Amino acid sequence: MIETVLSGDRPRSRILAVILAAILVCLAAAPFLFPGTRALDVAAKVCVFVLLVASYDLLLGYTGIVSFAHTMFFGIGGYGIAIATTRMDPTWTAIVVGTLCALGVSLLLSFLIGLFSLRVKAIFFAMITLAVASFFAILASQLSNITGGEDGITFKVPELLRPATRLLEEPFAGVVIGGRFVTYYLVFVASLALFLALLRTVNSPFGRVLLAIRENDFRAEALGYRTVIYRTIANCLGAAIATLAGVLYALWLRYTGPNTTLDFAIMIDILLMVVIGGMGTMYGAALGATIFVVAQNYLQDLMKLASEAAKGIPLVPDLLHPDRWLLWFGVLFVLSVYYFPRGIVGQLRAWRA
Amino acid sequence: MSAQPAQADALPQARTDFIPVLIVVGIALGAFALIGSASTWVTLTVAGLAMGLLIFIMASGLTLVFGLMDVMNFAHGLFIAIGAYVAVSVLRIFGAAAGADSFAANLAAIAPALLAATVVAGLLGLFFERVIIRPVYGQHLKQILITTGGMIVAEQLIHVIWGPDQLPLLRPPTLRGAFLIGDIALEKFRLAAVVIGLAIFAALALILNRTKIGLLIRAGVENKEMVEAMGYRIRRLFVAVFVAGAALAGLGGALWGMYQESVTVLIGAHMMVLIFIVIIIGGLGSVGGCFVGALLVGLVANYVGYLSPKIALGSNILLMVIVLLWRPQGLYPMSKQ
Amino acid sequence: MADALLALAGVHTHIGHYHILQGVDFAVPRGELTMLLGRNGAGKTTTLRTIMGLWPASAGSIHFDGADIARRPTPSIAELGIAYVPESMGIFAGLTVQENLLLAARSGPLDDARLEWIFRFFPAMKKFWFLPAGLLSGGQKQMLSISRSIVEPRKLILVDEPTKGLAPSIINNLIEAFRELKKTETTILMVEQNFHAARSLGDAVVVMDSGRIVHSGRMAELAADEALQTRLLGLSLEVHQ
Repeated sequence: MIETVLSGDRPRSRILAVILAAILVCLAAAPFLFPGTRALDVAAKVCVFVLLVASYDLLLGYTGIVSFAHTMFFGIGGYGIAIATTRMDPTWTAIVVGTLCALGVSLLLSFLIGLFSLRVKAIFFAMITLAVASFFAILASQLSNITGGEDGITFKVPELLRPATRLLEEPFAGVVIGGRFVTYYLVFVASLALFLALLRTVNSPFGRVLLAIRENDFRAEALGYRTVIYRTIANCLGAAIATLAGVLYALWLRYTGPNTTLDFAIMIDILLMVVIGGMGTMYGAALGATIFVVAQNYLQDLMKLASEAAKGIPLVPDLLHPDRWLLWFGVLFVLSVYYFPRGIVGQLRAWRA
Repeated sequence: MSAQPAQADALPQARTDFIPVLIVVGIALGAFALIGSASTWVTLTVAGLAMGLLIFIMASGLTLVFGLMDVMNFAHGLFIAIGAYVAVSVLRIFGAAAGADSFAANLAAIAPALLAATVVAGLLGLFFERVIIRPVYGQHLKQILITTGGMIVAEQLIHVIWGPDQLPLLRPPTLRGAFLIGDIALEKFRLAAVVIGLAIFAALALILNRTKIGLLIRAGVENKEMVEAMGYRIRRLFVAVFVAGAALAGLGGALWGMYQESVTVLIGAHMMVLIFIVIIIGGLGSVGGCFVGALLVGLVANYVGYLSPKIALGSNILLMVIVLLWRPQGLYPMSKQ
Repeated sequence: MADALLALAGVHTHIGHYHILQGVDFAVPRGELTMLLGRNGAGKTTTLRTIMGLWPASAGSIHFDGADIARRPTPSIAELGIAYVPESMGIFAGLTVQENLLLAARSGPLDDARLEWIFRFFPAMKKFWFLPAGLLSGGQKQMLSISRSIVEPRKLILVDEPTKGLAPSIINNLIEAFRELKKTETTILMVEQNFHAARSLGDAVVVMDSGRIVHSGRMAELAADEALQTRLLGLSLEVHQ
């Protein structure tokens, strides 16, 4: 049964299986296990980013494409439903319309980008995606009539998801069963389902061709696979899932804006997560996203303590300052690329062997 | 396929491709038609040329490095940022001379600042090439990842050393203001930037076309393997080119900081998008293409910024798309074996 | 019979997963022109590239003038006095003919006597002196590539299919030039498919098949033995006149 659900892609490492199971349980029971808005916020963010990073792994780890435009699709999803719910009434219809429109835009854009640039060198492609993504970010902040500019859009969600809504009058097991509760499980279930769908994709014949292309595209081409087509499909698929992740995130925050979706820093974060977790494994995305988001929220507190404790020593307090946590992740990232190119997941699997 | 003896009489002309240059001139003239006022046009053109040439200084190293070594350094913006920050620090030391009202004194302050910026950036480049880039020669995926990672780490370190706030990098008094010729105002600093930029272009052109090293670089961009098979250790040349590119980026960064009169950590990152656009437009590996591309980008940014501010920020990307639709490999593509 | 300037012993070369050279043994006599023949895909180009260090030998030794040059970096191999004229000619299209030759002349300015020699056989070089080499025709590019290898004295010249894709008149031109070159006692190892050229120029001959040497001896003997030709090269070479 588990085999089918995981599409035959087992963790292949006892430690990894345990960690993944733990993450799953924590996320599944988050409202009950971790009371408080902040904790639930972190859990929702983990769900969204696991999906976002997994969709990026499809591109980077499985197809070998480095794209800097992924946050653009993330943003399109968020803006899609934000604009839809503000233009129309905040109903489920609006959500569906917004999502479909966002998917349409993303698919078109990713198709064009793919067609244009996937024929060229990887480096060229990376630079072009950078330029396109920054163009989009500029558009988003300039067209404030539509996008709310720098401030973004705060919008109302359908009644079922609103914080004030109550499904049960009394709290159950100490947890209020209301709008936030429903929203969380919507995000969780959708993320899980899409993640499993990705797992199915990469373990299908299509996924195997992608891996072949990544290993040696000349050979794949010689074997009769039109690599441009496969790459374009992978590009579009990744973009579509990122868009859906954007939709989920916006639903949770009830807000969308350049800072939460289009910021280049987020693109960097995604890169960090996928490489540290392990490229080309999908589970690496799950692991990397969890570690990163949790660290982002809680590690900074630890660093603050350490920084204060080191007061007086030259330079050290600055290095340990909570704002510098990206420094350490950056170092971890660089070390990962050199010494642990397979990331945590790859390393765990290698140890098992 | 092969020349017939009769054909040997016909000597084909080596035509220098002037079309892109004509396009630059065309755009300048077209802008004049749209703008109308001579004084505004001159101001914008000088601004465009200054900006373009400063971008050229920063971008030329990157395009050569890519053309010669097939290495794309996504952390190139780092050298720009370091150049700017070092200039800030050095100018602080020479605070008095920097603020004085005499050109000689100002020069005595700026020269060391620019020199320090160039040298430190060059040294950082040496470190970068050896430690970060060398292990991943030939692996484009890892290069992109590693250089992006290196940039993140270095940006954070800049925060640590110089703090997170925006720092001012004021132009010295004798370079502030403008020369007035009738109605037209020519900003002094921009003129200085144009002069420096042209000087550097001339120097690069001279080195590339008149020296043996330049010969090696041009040949290496086309066919590294053959150059090695002719007995040249081109790897050593790589390092020299990389360091030179980093040093130029540092110089450009310091000048750009002075142009903007302020420096933030993101100065490098902001320029990188423009620089990528310039080298893509120009043709990866071509210094001449980089020059023309930079002028295009600078001029277009300024003209469009005046004529239609809304689309100004995106205008360069549109420019890139248009150029690529016309010549997909850039204006002056390098022939590669 | 001259001593061996170049000697390969048990040379293997792997490219990725492919095992191309599977134990190559042969010697190139000093002062002679050795022809390396074989069907397509036999490994002839790989052999030249391995000698030049462009692809490292995974096993075996390559002795040049006494020293083992296997697995040394390419520039140091070239410095020992080996010139390489690749199948793709390797000329620098953006550089002028003059610049191409200047680059080839490592030790300094171009020698007038040698230039005269080059201009005599390849007048196009003089004509196109200041023009970008990319404007040359296929045959002229090949002439430039060969000119580069002789603009300074070299101990050994490796030439890969110089007549490929060229018109018969040009081929004859090249054969004449190589005949003249042989008079200077330069050692040459040449890969050729055109047997007319091979027979005209070769003193010694080495035949390869599937990454191994299957015959080595004198060209005169091979040229006289049709049965051997058919066996080794799959056809009677008279056809290639």
